[in-house]
Amino acid sequence: MIQKQKLSLVEAPPEPVGAVPAVQIKSLSKWYGGFQALKDVDLTIARGEKLVICGPSGSGKSTLIRTINALESFQEGRIIVDGIELTRKPEAVEAVRKKVGMVFQQFNLFPHLTVLENCTLALRLVRGVSQKEADERALHYLGKVRIPEQAHKYASQLSGGQQQRVAIARALSMQPDIMLFDEPTSALDPEMVKEVLDTMTQLAGEGMTMAVVTHEMGFARQVADRVVFMDRGEIVEQGSPSEFFSNPKEPRARAFLSQILH
Amino acid sequence: MHYADNVDYPRLLSRPSIYGPGLAILFGVLLYAQAGATSLGQALAGLLGLADGSPLAANLVMALAVTAVVAINVAVVMRLSLKHQVYAVWAELAVLVLLFFYSFDLSFEFIQRKIGFLLTQGLVTTLYVSAISIMIASILAMIGAVAKLSSNGIALGIANFYTSLFRGLPLLMQIYMIYLGLPQLGYVINAVPAGILALSLCYGAYMTEIFRAGIESIPKGQWEASRALGLKPKDTLTRIILPQAMRIIVPPTGNQFIAMLKDSSLVSVVGVWELMYLARTQGQTEFRHVEMMITASLIYWILSIVLELIQARIERRFNKAQTR
Repeated sequence: MIQKQKLSLVEAPPEPVGAVPAVQIKSLSKWYGGFQALKDVDLTIARGEKLVICGPSGSGKSTLIRTINALESFQEGRIIVDGIELTRKPEAVEAVRKKVGMVFQQFNLFPHLTVLENCTLALRLVRGVSQKEADERALHYLGKVRIPEQAHKYASQLSGGQQQRVAIARALSMQPDIMLFDEPTSALDPEMVKEVLDTMTQLAGEGMTMAVVTHEMGFARQVADRVVFMDRGEIVEQGSPSEFFSNPKEPRARAFLSQILH
Repeated sequence: MHYADNVDYPRLLSRPSIYGPGLAILFGVLLYAQAGATSLGQALAGLLGLADGSPLAANLVMALAVTAVVAINVAVVMRLSLKHQVYAVWAELAVLVLLFFYSFDLSFEFIQRKIGFLLTQGLVTTLYVSAISIMIASILAMIGAVAKLSSNGIALGIANFYTSLFRGLPLLMQIYMIYLGLPQLGYVINAVPAGILALSLCYGAYMTEIFRAGIESIPKGQWEASRALGLKPKDTLTRIILPQAMRIIVPPTGNQFIAMLKDSSLVSVVGVWELMYLARTQGQTEFRHVEMMITASLIYWILSIVLELIQARIERRFNKAQTR
């Protein structure tokens, strides 16, 4: 992959030659009233890169990835997704959301629809795909996350891990270029974390561009090309997993890792 | 019960500390209310040869008799299964209500003579006025709720003013204002459309709040998931949010439908020949008010029961997928 070389602190990684980065975030700032949630954040995610964002709660990591598909607004800076500048214009937001899939901490499956309908609704309404083709495509991705047999059940009949895998299949059915994961395993029972992480690892192996907010440091070590550590709305440190975990430079990163890894 | 605990608490009425004092209180109340003076009490006293005795004796006998009947009844019903308990209690209470009506010494011949007209003219009018009003009110409520949740200041202002005005003014006043007020502006409106308009506007205002609360009850994550998938605001609302909000919206809306059915009798003030208007005018001709009022009341009750059954059906449908 592209991003295996050593990276210096806070500096954006060099852009791969001849390719537009998947996501470019430039001097991004966001305020909630008087509270600054994001402070002048610069971040570039290369195509095919697996990025893990970690940090203490309230550090702005969820807010950051939620700005990428306009679930959160921002006041200053720029976000460019696959060459498309993200503004508040409907066309820009629609174009960006077409490229970006998202998986949430609370799954957010639609409880009034079956698993299959969860995966096909947007295909039909947004992409104008026929019912038959949408069903086929959804079943393909439900197969990939290894739950095709649950297609006609409702979300409430599935375990947490199964629900989250359906949520992944739902996002994949839209065939996005970039997948955002906002603490995808934080709401799961411990024994179900692995099945979701395995699905994500498999997805990473297939070359998907991924930005993952997570506390699963094992996953970060194994899968991430780069780990970004955030605190109080800014990127404090970033680097390859081996570098970041074995030798964190910033005291805040060291404190965080000592707490999370015991 | 909706969500019963797994503890077999002693049943309320099987506890001597409740059953005994409860019966004692019933006995005391009957005594204090001079149960012996009622027609049933007099009949009972006569049967026992106490008719000329003191009122106290008649009161005592009657109170004792009623208390005994209630005591035995409760003891028997307590032994039935839950479902049969409900049926038994329902049937007993319905019989009591009908007996109460029967005690008015009604002329059934008169009712029989008038009921045909009451149904073909009155009931039909009530039904179509209510049905049209319910439909328009639902549409108004949907528009009102969306306006109230929008970030469009003009829509928000209109919706706020609308719910404030039409929930704030008495419905009777609204009917008069539309029927008598609109002609002042040069627009003459017939009684039936005026009634329908007033009912729609008034109930649309109440239902706006129900729809708004229903929409607001859906977690933020549902909006976010829908937006992240790229659904347009219209599709997010109609495909994701509203189908879920219906579970919350249906029960209070059923309430509103039943209330409107009966409030439709208010349009009789502008001379619409609906059920209540006919009951009043038909009764007047032969001084048989009570007959007509009770007949009309029972018709309203039956209609309400039908609406309750429909509501239960709809609730089951929207609850289907959602055990969470």
